[in-house]
Amino acid sequence: MSENKSLAIIATKGSLDWAYPPFILASTAAALGYDVQIFFTFYGLNLVRRKLDLRISPLGNPAMPMPFPVPTVVQALPGMEYIMTAMMERKIKDKGVASIEELRDLCIEAEVKLVACQMTVDLFDYSHDDFLPCVEYGGAASFLDFAGNSDICLYI
Amino acid sequence: MANFDQELDACGLNCPLPILRTKKALTAMNAGQVLHVIATDPGSVKDIPVFAKQTGNTLLESSEIEGKYHYLIQKS
Repeated sequence: MSENKSLAIIATKGSLDWAYPPFILASTAAALGYDVQIFFTFYGLNLVRRKLDLRISPLGNPAMPMPFPVPTVVQALPGMEYIMTAMMERKIKDKGVASIEELRDLCIEAEVKLVACQMTVDLFDYSHDDFLPCVEYGGAASFLDFAGNSDICLYI
Repeated sequence: MANFDQELDACGLNCPLPILRTKKALTAMNAGQVLHVIATDPGSVKDIPVFAKQTGNTLLESSEIEGKYHYLIQKS
């Protein structure tokens, strides 16, 4: 066992907004000297694909701040997801917030272990070629093996 | 500000980038050398001291000058 503190994260969501918490916490914890592992399952698998295509949707999220009130039925129109994603990406850039690509690269550089859930890879008919070469594959038992000895364990 | 060996301009960057850039800069430095970090992220006021404490490096000085935060961190 390493003497370092450790952080275990389960990442289950694959949208642009929800991509932030796991990668921010993982990269920061790694900078603080933690051993970090992220277990990507279900929609979280979207975060470790080679080519990131992350989107954001206002649908089902009444808390999302909007520049002007947009009725729910309008939010459901074709193209709205694209527009919202473009607006969010611009905001991220303007505010000096890191892109997910940058945070993900920093995690990899800091040797954060990225583990994809093999069961959901099969369930969604993905192949290992869809994911970053550094991704490892495992199941619940392998995550619990790390998480059981971790100091912090988060489900995101 | 006292003397320093290297400067890191993290102005305009938001959490957690100032911390990650600081970590990267310190990694490339020698023990005993001092890094001067300049940031505009108000979150850095709490985050930089915690970073220094957790990584065992010494925060020699921190100050706010004209809306910018300055930190001197000595690598352990």
